[in-house]
Amino acid sequence: MIYLNAFIFAGTICLIGQIILDNTKLTAGHITSLFVCVGAFLDTFSIYDKFVLWAGGGALVPITSFGHLLIHGALQKANEFGLIGLLSGMFDLTATGIISAIIISFFLSLIFNPKD
Amino acid sequence: MKNEEYQKLVKKYTPKESRLFNGIVAFIIGGIIGVLGQFLIEFYSKYLEISTKDAGTFMIITLIFIGCLLTCFGFFDKWVNFAKAGLFIPITGFAHSMMSAALDYKKEGLVTGIGASMLKLAGSVIIFGVVSAYVFGIIRLLLFGGNI
Repeated sequence: MIYLNAFIFAGTICLIGQIILDNTKLTAGHITSLFVCVGAFLDTFSIYDKFVLWAGGGALVPITSFGHLLIHGALQKANEFGLIGLLSGMFDLTATGIISAIIISFFLSLIFNPKD
Repeated sequence: MKNEEYQKLVKKYTPKESRLFNGIVAFIIGGIIGVLGQFLIEFYSKYLEISTKDAGTFMIITLIFIGCLLTCFGFFDKWVNFAKAGLFIPITGFAHSMMSAALDYKKEGLVTGIGASMLKLAGSVIIFGVVSAYVFGIIRLLLFGGNI
């Protein structure tokens, strides 16, 4: 059942992005930035946590989960250390994604050449 | 050739895209990636015997690696042209933007090319994510006290 939920949730997020792309002048970069902000906004009211429980991996795959994880890590540290924890904990949960993307794409770019 | 005639010619030869078709394709491709993510989480938590949260991290690394590798082989650009939002909204789009920027600027050298330009496209995601998380984090601290 959770597979169906994951399909519907991830599909719906992509559908919303496609509708914005087709009907406005915003580019792909605008839309991904916008969706990260939306993910952070939804987590302000603990809405995105419910989506993660409902759709599992389907809610973690879209870029909205990036904003959700940023604010989640920040608030975990903020609980312990106050306002400075908001700064120190921001990348706690997203670091693996960002760092692995940097490392993988650096070493692969040394090996491969662009195909045109 | 006059400007109006040129505009007519451009209109004639621009391929017509059906918005309904684009939407359906984006929905299905995005959904498939979501199902793949859920499958990978269950696979990792079952066979590596780790918690679901750690399995989610593993899943994200796996998808980023797949996205980078397929970009290197040149498949991913064609697929993005076809599926559009279905592929750049998931985390694979994040990996694709970094990988293609690194490949495109490789000829300008290691430091001025790869190093300076890798985050050109993905940087906006990180910047806006951090700024919005900071603003909303303060709001949530003030309103709800930061309990998760």
